[in-house]
Amino acid sequence: MVELLFWPALLAYGEAAVAYAGDARRPGSAGRLATWGVRLGWLLQTALLIVQAERADGFPWATWAGSLNLFVWLVVSVYLVWGCRTRYRLLGLVVMPLAAVLLVLARLGGGTGDTGHSNYSTVFLVVHVGLLSLAFAAFTLAAGLSALYLWQERRLKDRRPAGLLGRAPSLLTLETVSGRTIAVAVPALTAGIVAGLVRLRRDGGGVDALMAVTLGAWLVYTAYLVLRYEAGWRGRRAAYLALVGFALVIVARVGLQLTHFS
Amino acid sequence: MNLTLVGLSHQATPIAVRERAFVPLPQAAELAAELAAEGEAVCLSTCNRTELYLVGPDSERRALDALAAISGLPEDELRAVVYRLTDEAAALHLFRVAGGLDSMVPGEGEILGQVRTAFEAGSTGPVLDRLFRQALHAGKKVRAETAIAESPASVSSAAGALAQQVFGQLEGCRVMLVGAGHVAELSARSLAARGATIAFVANRSPERAQALAGRFGGEGIPLEGATERLGEIDVLVSSTGAPGRAFGCQEVEAALKGRKGRPLFLIDLAVPRDLDPAIHELDGCFLYDIDDLESVVAASLAGRRREAGRAEAIVAEEADRFRDWQASREVVPAIASLRAWAEEIRVAELARARGRLGLSESQQAAVESVTAQIVNKLLHLPTVRLKEAAAGAEGGSYAQAVRHLFGLGDDDKR
Repeated sequence: MVELLFWPALLAYGEAAVAYAGDARRPGSAGRLATWGVRLGWLLQTALLIVQAERADGFPWATWAGSLNLFVWLVVSVYLVWGCRTRYRLLGLVVMPLAAVLLVLARLGGGTGDTGHSNYSTVFLVVHVGLLSLAFAAFTLAAGLSALYLWQERRLKDRRPAGLLGRAPSLLTLETVSGRTIAVAVPALTAGIVAGLVRLRRDGGGVDALMAVTLGAWLVYTAYLVLRYEAGWRGRRAAYLALVGFALVIVARVGLQLTHFS
Repeated sequence: MNLTLVGLSHQATPIAVRERAFVPLPQAAELAAELAAEGEAVCLSTCNRTELYLVGPDSERRALDALAAISGLPEDELRAVVYRLTDEAAALHLFRVAGGLDSMVPGEGEILGQVRTAFEAGSTGPVLDRLFRQALHAGKKVRAETAIAESPASVSSAAGALAQQVFGQLEGCRVMLVGAGHVAELSARSLAARGATIAFVANRSPERAQALAGRFGGEGIPLEGATERLGEIDVLVSSTGAPGRAFGCQEVEAALKGRKGRPLFLIDLAVPRDLDPAIHELDGCFLYDIDDLESVVAASLAGRRREAGRAEAIVAEEADRFRDWQASREVVPAIASLRAWAEEIRVAELARARGRLGLSESQQAAVESVTAQIVNKLLHLPTVRLKEAAAGAEGGSYAQAVRHLFGLGDDDKR
C-alpha cells in the first residue's frame, strides 16, 4: 500500500518541479500544472503518512529518514497555504525540487515504508519531533522567501527589473509573509525545545552540540522577531538574519541524523 | 460577396494625412450606415488609422470615394498611401489590429476597445458581424495566451509597475508629488489608477500645488515643507525642472528612521535631476530616474516584440478559421440548392407515376424510400467533394460550377 502511495506522490512532486521550471521560462499553463502537481502530491503523501501511522507501533517517523519524510510533508503543507498563488510560483521553483529530492532520500533511508519504530514514547515524539519538524519546515519556507526577497531587491537595486515585472511577489509581501511564517514557527520551536528539555531533566544527561545549535537557532529567530517588531528591522537586514537562522537549522537537521539516528 | 478593406495607418501614412482622414465616432456610424446601403460597412478610425471594412458591390471604389471625401485629398495622393486588402488578407489584418500587432506599441490594450466601439457603431450583416466578433475573440486570446501586454509600455506606467514591485497592491500607498506640471500629473494619474493615494503635492507656487492636489483629493504644500512629509509617504515623484537638488541623501536618511523599515520608492523625472543619486544606495530606498525608467520601458518593449511571434501564430489561426467559414458560406447554399432541386424532381416524378402504377400504400412507401435513397446516393459524393473544396481556396469556383451545371441560379443563395 505504501508503495502505491509513495511513487505517485514522488511523481506528482517531480511533475510540479518540472512544470515550475517550464512556468519560469514561459508563464501560463505550466504554472497551473505545477499547482495541481503540488496539491495531488501532498494528498498522496498525506495518505502515505496516514497509512504509516496506522501500521506503526508508536511514532512512525522516529528514524532520520522517517523524520525527513515528515519534514517534506510539512514543508509542502506550509507552502500550500499560500505558495500556490501565481505570484509565488518562483518560490515553487526552489521548494518542489527540494521536496522531491528529500523524499527520494527519505525513501533510500527507509523512511517511507511501514516499519518505523523508536525507543522513545509516542507522546514525547509527537510533541518534540513533531513541533521541531514543523518549525524547521516553516523556517525553510521563510528562508526561501528571504532569498527571493534578496534576489528581487538586488534586481531592483541594479535597476533591471523589467523581465520580472508581474512575475514575483512584491518586496513588502515577501517580507511580511516571511516575518509571519517565522512568528508562527518560533512558538513551535520553543515548545519543541521545552519538551526536549523536560525529558532531558527527567532522564538525566547533558546538553550536546546539537542541542546547542538548536538553541542558537532559537536565539537567532527570537532576535529576528524582537528586532523586527520592536526595532523596525525590515528588508535586507531581516532577510539576512532569517538566512543566518536557517544555516543553523541546516546544521541542526544534518546533526540530528548524525547524533540521534546513527 | 467579397470582404474589402481600404485604409491608411501609421505604418505608411504621416500624421498630417492621418489627422485629415480621422472620423469621430458619431460620423463613423453615419458613414458606415451610408456605405452599408449596398451591403455591410464598418469604419474603424483611431489616431493611428482610418479603415473602412465593406461587403457589397464595388466596395473598393466606394471606400476610396469616401476616404477622399473625408480627407479632401486628391485621388492619386490618396491611392499612394492607402492599402487595399480583400477576404482572408483583410481578415488577417483586422485580427492583427485587434491583437495590437499593428500598433505602435505592440500589444497595447486600447485598440481592442476601439475595434469593439467601431463594430458596435457599424452597419453589419453576416460577414462583418462574424469578422468583428472573431477579431475581438482573437484580440482577447492574444492577450490571454501571450505576455505581450504584461509589461509597461510608457514611462508613467513603468513607474507604477515598479512601485507595485516594491509595495504590491498600491491601495493605501501614499504618494507625494514634488512639482505640479504636466509630467507630475501624468504620473499621478498612473499611480492613482493603480489604487495609490495622492497625499501631497509640493510646489514653489502654492496655488498650482493646491490646484493639482485638489484634482486627486490631496493636500497642496509649499516646497519647503516637503522634507518634513517624507516620513508619511511611500512613493515620491519629483519633476520640478528647477536647478539643484530638491532632496539630498541625508534628508532622506533622516526620514527613513521614522519609517520602521518600510521601503521608500522615489521617481525622479526631472532634468536636471532633483534627487541625489546616492539615495538609491540607502537600505530600503529605490530611486529611479528618467533614464532608468526609459530603459525599463525599452526592455519591456523588446519582450513584447518577442511575444509578438506567438501572437502572430494565434491571429493566423483565426484568419484560417475565418477563411474556412467564408468558403463554407459559398458552398453550403449550393449544396442546399442542389439537394432541393433533386428532391423537387423526385417528388414531382413520383406524383406523376403514382396514378399510372396504381400501387398499394405499402408499395408506395417502398418506392418513396427507394427513390430517396437513389437521390441520396447520387448526391453523396458531390456533396462530400464540395465540402472538401470549401476548406481550400477553390470552394467558390466549385459552387459556381455546380450552379452552372444544374442551372440552379444565384437567387438560390442564402
